Formats: sequence, C-alpha cells, structure tokens
Amino acid sequence: QDSTLSCTAEVLYHLGSPSPAPAVQVTLEGELRATAGADQLFYHRVRSLEQELLAEDIPDSQGGVSPEMEPLHLLAWVASGYVIWQNSTESTRLQLAQVKRVKQVRRRDEYLEFDYLVLLHELVSQEIIPWQMRVLWHPQHGVQVTQA
Amino acid sequence: DQVLHIVPETFQQVQHLQHLCRTLLLDLWKPLLPQDICAGEDLHIRVPAPLVKEVKDSLDRHMISYKVLIPDVQELVDQSMPGERSNHRQVPEGYVYTEYHPMEEIYQWMVQIQKNNSELVTQHYLGKTIENREMYYLQISQPSDKTKKIVWMDCGIHAREWISPAFCQWFVKEILQNYKSDPQISRFLQNLDLYVLPVLNIDGYMYSWEKDRFWRKNRSPQMNGTCYGTDLNRNFNSSWGSVGVSYNCSSEVFCGTGPESEPETRAVAQFIEQRKSDILCYLTMHSYGQYILTPYGSTTEPPSNSEELILVAKQAASALMGKYGTNYQVGPTSLVLYSNSGSSRDWAHTIGIPFSYTFELRDKGTHGFLLPSDQIQPTCEETM
Repeated sequence: QDSTLSCTAEVLYHLGSPSPAPAVQVTLEGELRATAGADQLFYHRVRSLEQELLAEDIPDSQGGVSPEMEPLHLLAWVASGYVIWQNSTESTRLQLAQVKRVKQVRRRDEYLEFDYLVLLHELVSQEIIPWQMRVLWHPQHGVQVTQA
Repeated sequence: DQVLHIVPETFQQVQHLQHLCRTLLLDLWKPLLPQDICAGEDLHIRVPAPLVKEVKDSLDRHMISYKVLIPDVQELVDQSMPGERSNHRQVPEGYVYTEYHPMEEIYQWMVQIQKNNSELVTQHYLGKTIENREMYYLQISQPSDKTKKIVWMDCGIHAREWISPAFCQWFVKEILQNYKSDPQISRFLQNLDLYVLPVLNIDGYMYSWEKDRFWRKNRSPQMNGTCYGTDLNRNFNSSWGSVGVSYNCSSEVFCGTGPESEPETRAVAQFIEQRKSDILCYLTMHSYGQYILTPYGSTTEPPSNSEELILVAKQAASALMGKYGTNYQVGPTSLVLYSNSGSSRDWAHTIGIPFSYTFELRDKGTHGFLLPSDQIQPTCEETM
C-alpha cells in the first residue's frame, strides 16, 4: 500500500533580515496516489457529526494515532509544512512534533475548518514551539492555512 | 535458527558437509556425528540464526541442494511449552520490550534482570539525582581470570527521547538471551565488560511521563524555583559554556551554573574518570535523527584518531542498514548537526577514551520523539 516517490527541491534562502520565506521549487517524479475515496469518507464523516470535532495529543505519548485521527494528523502535516516553510531560515530545522489540540470550527459553506494548536520542534535550539493555525480544507479545493 | 534437510549425492559433497559441520560447530540432529554423514542418506543440521546465510551460501556454491525442514526453531520450542516463554529463565516473565516503560517498572526490571542472570549481571549504585532518586547501572561481566576492557553505554540523558531507554533494556535482554548461542556475543563477553545505564536523567524521564511529554532537561530548580532544568548534555566539562548553549534557564540547552553543576553529571563523570584507562568505548544513546556522531561538537578540529573513529562508525552504519535499510549518517556533530559544547561524548573523548559515539536513533522527524512502540523492535534490532 505504501509507495515511495522521489521528490527534489531547490531551496533558496534570501539574505537580509528579516528574511522572507525561502523560495522553493519542487519536482515530483511519478504520480501521487488517488485519495478521492478516502477524502470523501473523511469529509462526510466530519460534516455529519452532531458536535464539533475535538481531539488532543495526536500522536499520543506512545506514538500512537487511531485510524479516525489519522486524517487530522495528515492535515496537520500539510498545514504545518506551510508554517514551517514561511518561518525557516538557514539556521533552523523545524519539524511537527505533535498536534496538541484540534477543534472544528463550523462553517456555513462547504469547507471544513479546523483550529489547530501544534507543537513544532526546532532542532538547533531544541525548543518546542507551540503554534496556532486555522486550516481550511475541501476535498476538491485542497488546503489553506488562513492564520498562523 | 533453522534446521536444514540435505541428502548428499557425492563423496565430495559429503566431505564438504563434514568440513562445514566441524569448522562451524553445527548442531547435527541426524546423524549425530560428522563421520556418519553418508551419500544418499538424510542429513538434518540445526544452523544458528547468525550463520544461516553463510551456510546456505556455502551449500549453493558447492551445488548442494537443501530444504528448510524447520524455518524457526525457537517458535517450535515456544509452542511446545504452552503458557511459558522458553527464555523466562533469563529475562523477567512478561516484561514487554516492545513497549515503553515508566521509571518504576525500569527499576523493578533491573532487579529482576540481576536476579535471573546473577552469574553475569550485577546492579550497582552510581549516585543520586537532584530530586534524590537513586541511579543504578548494570554490569554484564563474564567471570574470567583476565582483566577486561570496558564498554560503557548510557541511555535517557534527555527525558523525551523514550526510544533510548527502550534500547538499553532491549540491548541487555538480547545479550543475556544470546550470549551462549551467538558466537559474536560470546566472543565479545570473553574480552569485554559491558556497563549499561538504562536511564541517566531519571527525574526528567519521570516528568515526561507524568507532566510534559516533551521535557528534555533534568529537574534542577533554578532562580529560586521559578525555572527548572539543566541540559545534562551541555553540562559536562568539555569546552563547557562556549558554544551551542544558553546561560538562561528558560532555554532547552541551558548548560547549568558551571561544568558538572548537576548531580547526575557528576555521578557519571566521577565513575568514568576513575576507570578511564580501562574504558575502550563510550556510547550515549539519543533520538532522533538517525546519526552516528563522533567528536567534536564544539570545534570542527578533528580528534586525533578521527580516521579510525569514522571508519568504525561507517561500518556500524552499514551493518545497521543491512537489517531494514535504515539510513544512518556518520560524522562529527559540528559538521553534521550543529555546534554544541559540554556534551558527555566530547568529554569522554578528551579524557582519553578512544571510541566515543553519540547515537541518534530513529526516526528522521516523521514521528520524532513520539516514535510509535511498534518501531521499538525494528529500531533495536537494527541497532544491535
């Protein structure tokens, strides 16, 4: 089920401070797996919840992620990828460490909105940085990080 | 371990098989003695796991066909003794090495390990932590009339790196389960003594279980208790306080109020200092990143035995990769990772311990500190 694709990226760090986000050019070799089915399943599951979705500690202390939480985890990866890109310099190395809390924000339109509190690990300083972000997602329109 | 079934066809094949059995001391199930091996007659040999590939390659080269009669001897043995693990004698019954354990359980585990393996293992007191907890290490030493050099390994210097203490426990278990049957381990123990400290930063480890999963430092109160914790791996007396540290307690890399200001650091440093002329190798286990790091962190000046250090590390990385394809990068911390000072590994090398390495175990950031417990086994197996 797992497949590995090769991905190359050219990253340019700008001089000067404060430095803007690095410029990134990405090339992907091969095609990403089709996920329309899984996307729809998740989308409808969340839309049909009676109460707003709320979850904490993904993964948990032992590194576990339940199957129901996996899409929220993946969404956090994508969104924090954007945050990390916007905040990286030549002397930082950021990684998503954990989703501390995720809360659904109900919307009138067809988008799903989540309020995330994530913990980012910065390798050089070894600091754990809490970061709040608002994430919009739609199966056809993809991910948007509106507040970081 | 596997049992192979062979029917030798020619006299040459018989001779080769006899030679193989004699030189590798293989366990003949049928017949009982090498001299009774005959062409045209059934031959059953039990081959210990580490030799399986070698034996099969040798048979292939000599065009001797074989069948695997029993693919996993241990499995059969276990099945034949219901409700009991066949190696309960060596390791505590029911201790699950593929799960993370809180400190209380690790304390109990150490006592059990010594009890069940008293001919080889002794538990020793090392010192006390800042919160007054007792630090113990395990000495694995085969009785012998020759003095042996020492290999020291510590785990859990940083609280949140849970895979590290898990590895120390796994390592001890592997050694004790296999020292009689595995020729490599057996030879190792004939010539070397192993000292293993499963959790160095006990207070921090407990804090990461109870209060803050991402805690890193120890729990020493600073500034009248308004801030806690020194980074023990910045607290050793090697270019202390010079680079890659903070003098501020609020930082994760706070180096303490002075070199060896922390009781945990002193406990380890005093012990190693006393025995430094007998210590051949100092290993300290961390996560994450998948690196085998050599001195130094505080300077890019290579250590005196740099070539040999790197060569050995590269061999280790290569062997590691052979197991599951996991890629470990080798090199000095200052070049591969970042600058730091006061690390235990650098200090060990500067006082004269020739082979000093930091291992950063799995993974590369996908799970980071929260490595799922189902990765404990493969991580430990490949690192073994």
